[in-house]
Amino acid sequence: MDFQDYQPREGTDEPADRFSGDPREHLVVVGNGMAGCRAVEELLARDAGRYRITIFGAEPHVNYNRIMLSPVLAGEKTFDEIIINGRDWYRDNGITLITDDPIVSIDRASAAVTSRSGRTLGYDRLLIATGSDPFIIPVPGKDLPGVVSFRDMKDVDTMLAAAAKGGAAVVIGGGLLGLEAAHGLALRGMNVTVLHLPGSLMERQLDEAAGWLLKTALEERGQTILTGADTAEIYGDGKVEGVRLKDGREIPASLVVMAVGIRPSVALAREAGLEVGRGIKVDDHMVTSDPSILAVGECAEHDGNVYGLVAPLWDMCRSFADGLTGKANPYRCSATSTKLKVAGLDVFSAGDFSGVGGGCEDIVLRDASRGIYKRLVLQDDRIIGAVLYGDTADGSWYFDLLRKGECVADLRDVLIFGQAFASGGGAADPKAAVAALSDDAEICGCNGVSKGQVLSSIARGAHSLDAVRVTCKASASCGSCTGLVETLLAITLGDDVQAGSKTMCKCTTFTHDDVRREIVAQDMRSIPEVMQKLHWSTPDGCSSCRPALNYYLLCALPGEYIDDQQSRFVNERMHANIQKDGTYSVVPRMWGGLTNPRELRAIADVVEKYNAPMVKVTGGQRLDIFGIRKEDLPAVWADLNAAGMVSGHAYGKSLRTVKTCVGSEWCRFGTQDSTGLGVRIERMTWGSWMPHKFKIAVSGCPRNCAEATIKDFGVVCLDSGYELSVGGNGGIKVRATDLLCRVATEQEALDYCAAFIQLYREEARYLERTAPWIERVGIDYVKQRIVEDEIGREALRARFLFSQGFSQDDPWAQRAEGVAREQHAHMAQFRPARLEEMA
Amino acid sequence: MIGEWLDIGWVNEIPVRGSRTVPVEGGEEIAVFRTSDDRIFALVNRCPHKHGPLSQGIVHGHSVACPLHNWNIALATGEAQGEDKGCTPVIPVKIDGGRVLICRASTLKAAA
Repeated sequence: MDFQDYQPREGTDEPADRFSGDPREHLVVVGNGMAGCRAVEELLARDAGRYRITIFGAEPHVNYNRIMLSPVLAGEKTFDEIIINGRDWYRDNGITLITDDPIVSIDRASAAVTSRSGRTLGYDRLLIATGSDPFIIPVPGKDLPGVVSFRDMKDVDTMLAAAAKGGAAVVIGGGLLGLEAAHGLALRGMNVTVLHLPGSLMERQLDEAAGWLLKTALEERGQTILTGADTAEIYGDGKVEGVRLKDGREIPASLVVMAVGIRPSVALAREAGLEVGRGIKVDDHMVTSDPSILAVGECAEHDGNVYGLVAPLWDMCRSFADGLTGKANPYRCSATSTKLKVAGLDVFSAGDFSGVGGGCEDIVLRDASRGIYKRLVLQDDRIIGAVLYGDTADGSWYFDLLRKGECVADLRDVLIFGQAFASGGGAADPKAAVAALSDDAEICGCNGVSKGQVLSSIARGAHSLDAVRVTCKASASCGSCTGLVETLLAITLGDDVQAGSKTMCKCTTFTHDDVRREIVAQDMRSIPEVMQKLHWSTPDGCSSCRPALNYYLLCALPGEYIDDQQSRFVNERMHANIQKDGTYSVVPRMWGGLTNPRELRAIADVVEKYNAPMVKVTGGQRLDIFGIRKEDLPAVWADLNAAGMVSGHAYGKSLRTVKTCVGSEWCRFGTQDSTGLGVRIERMTWGSWMPHKFKIAVSGCPRNCAEATIKDFGVVCLDSGYELSVGGNGGIKVRATDLLCRVATEQEALDYCAAFIQLYREEARYLERTAPWIERVGIDYVKQRIVEDEIGREALRARFLFSQGFSQDDPWAQRAEGVAREQHAHMAQFRPARLEEMA
Repeated sequence: MIGEWLDIGWVNEIPVRGSRTVPVEGGEEIAVFRTSDDRIFALVNRCPHKHGPLSQGIVHGHSVACPLHNWNIALATGEAQGEDKGCTPVIPVKIDGGRVLICRASTLKAAA
C-alpha cells in the first residue's frame, strides 16, 4: 500500500494541498524519528481529529527506535522488532507519511516546505524534529569508503556488510555510542579497537574510576581500548585500510566507525531564519521564534540546554501537545539520568556527579570482588549526582531522591547500600545489621571467613584490625569487608579496639605496607586500578596518596608502568626545584663532583643569559642556578645539554649526588681512588626513583672528608678495602650511619650498594628516608638481607640494574626536545591596557 | 568589540588533573585547572598562604594542593580547606564548543 498519497502538481505556485478540501489545520512534521512521532502520538492522545498531519522522513523507513540500533547491530534484534509505529498506525490515524524525501527548505513567508524531490507543501503549523547529525572529525581520509557514522539503519547495514567479511574495525570514540558500535562489531566477529581521545571512557557520564572498570571489563571481552588516542588520519588507497594516530601508531582496519558525538541538526531552521543557538531556540511550549513553527527533540534548545537523551524528549512532546491543544503545561529543564547496558555491563549516571567543589561530599562504595562501584554526590544533605557501575538496581531510587531534592540527612549512613537496606527500619543502624547476622554468615569472601570465626579470633585477643587480619585472614585480601570487621570489633570490644597502623592517607583504610603488598600480590597496574581494588573512598585520591601510588607502581613494574605526571610533586613534574617566589633552581649533574672548563662555561653562560640572580655550591658539591622562570626551563636545559650535562635530579625522590674527596690521586692520606669510585657509583645509580631523596658519599680515607657517615649510603676507603655504612642523615635529625660490612674490592662495593638501594626501594614507605626505615626494621634485618643472604643480594642487585635500564634517560633532554612542552608555556596572555583601547 | 568572555584556548590544551597559566600584563597570573572529571576552573595563581603558584600543585578531586606548603584550595570557591583559612580569587569560566572562556571583568580585576 502506498502511503505517499500526495504528489506535487505542476504548473502552479500555489501549494497544492490548499486544494485538499480538508478544513482542518495542517500540521507538517519534519522528521519521522522518535521525537517527531512521539509528539504526534501525544497530540493524537489529546485531540485525535484536530489536525491534518503530514510527516516527512529522510530515511526510507517507518518510525523506529533509534536507541535499539545497537541490538540490531549486535544481532540481538531484527529491524522489524525495533519499529515503533508500523504503516498501519499512520493509516489508522490518517497521517500522510512521505519517506526517503527530506525537507530541504522552509519558506516562512508563504508557510510552505519543499522536499528534496521537489514536493512543496503548505502548513499551518510546522514541527521541526530533525534530531542530530553525527559529528565527523575533520581528519584526512574521513570520506574514504568504509568510514561510517553510527546514526541510522543505513549505517548499520554498512557495518553489517563489513562485518560479514570479518577482519579488523576501528571505532573512533569511546562514548556510549562508540562502545555500543564496538560491542556489536565484536559480537559479529570483528577484531575491534576503540580509540578515545580523553583519558577515560564515557567521561561525560562516568568518573575516572567507573571508566577504568568499564575499560577493564571490555578488554576482558577481547576489545582493544586505547585512551588518550588522538587520530591523525584515516589512510587507505581508494578505501579504508587503517587509522594513524598522532603518536605514529597505525591500526589496520577495513571499517572505521566515527562515533565521537552528535550535534543538533539546525541547518534547515537556520536557513529559514529561525533563532538558533546550539539548537533551535524554543519556549516552554516548544514554539520557535516563528509562532507557527515548533521544534522538539535533540534539535531543540530550551533555556540554553540541548538534550541527547530520551526522557527530556518525552517531556518536550507532552508540553508541545498540550500547547497545540490549548492547555498550559510549560516544559521545564529535565534532570537527566542515563541507565544503560554497555556490552552487557550495567552503568547508571544521573545529575551532576562531578560535583561543584565547595560544600560537596562524596560517598563512595567500591566492591572490587563483585566489580561494583557506586558514588553519590551530596550537597546540603541532598543528592545532586550519582554514578553506579555493576549494580544499578538503586539508580531509579537515587534519581527519584535527586529529582525531588529530598533531604537525606537521616539516611546518610546507609544511603550508599541502597533502598532495601536504607528503608529496612531497624536495619538502618549498620551496627545493628551486623550484630543481627548469624554466626555462620560469611564476612570475608576472599578467605571464606565467617562471623563466628572473626568473633572467636577477637575473643582470643585480636583487638585490632591488623590482628584480626593476621589471625583469621578476614579483610586481609581485597579488603572489601574491612568495614564489617571494624564493626564487629566495635560491637565486641566497644572502646577497647586498638588503633591499627596509620593508614596511607584519609582516602584509604590500608597502610602503606598493605598497599605495597597488594600491588604485587594482585598484580595491579595502574592508579585507578589500585584505588578501585583497595576501595579508595575518594574519586581520584589526594596529594599524599597519588605520588606514593605512582612510585609503588613504578618500582613494582619497571619498564611497564606508565608514569603519571599529574601524580608527581611539582619538582619532579618540572624537573627543577620550586623556590619560595615560584621560580626554579636548576642543578646539572657533575659526576662525583668533577667538572671541567666546558661545563663551567656552559653554566656561566646560562647564568648570564637567563639573568639567574644566584649560583651556589650545594652541600653535595654541585652548582645550583637559582631564579629560573618556569617558561625558561626548557631553554636552560637545552643549553646545559649542549655542553654534555644532564639533570642532577636535585629535585627528585631519587639518587641526588655522590659526594667524594680527592682520594689517592692527589691526597697524601688517600688510600683508594675515592673520586673514581664515586663517579662509577653515580654512573650506576643516577636516574633511579626512590621512596625519598637518597645521597651517597665516598671518602678516600678514615678522615672522611666527604662526610660519608651521614649519608644514605657511605663508603670509607681503607688500606684493606672499603667500609660500607648505611642509614645516615644530615637533616633535621642528624644520624650517623650503621656499619653494614667491609668488602675487599670496588666491584663488591658497587654490588652491595645496588642491592641496598633496591631493598630500600622495594620495602620502605614513600617519603621514608633510609634512617627512619632502618630504625624501624633494624640494621640486623638489613645485614641479613644484604650481607648474609648472598643469593638474595644478587637478586636485589639484578632487579636494581634491570630497572635502571629504563630510568637512565635524561628528563631534561626529553623536555628540551619538547616533551610536555605545554607544562612550561602559558596557555594565553592578556594585555588589558591594549584590550581596553580596542574596546 | 571585546565581549564579556575571554577565549583562552581549547579544553584539550590543559592536561587532565593539571593546569595551564595565563599571565595578565601588569597583574596576577591566572591558573586554569582541568579536573579528572573534565571540569574547568580558574583561580588567581597565588596561594593565600605564602603566594605559592597553585598552577604547579597536585590537582585532586576539585581541589589543588599548593606546591610550597601543601595547603588545599577548593577550585570552585578558592577557599583554603580544613584548618587553614584564606581565599584566592575565583575567575568564572565557561566552556563553549570545546573552547575555554574566562570572565573578562574578573580577569581585569585580578590584574588590577
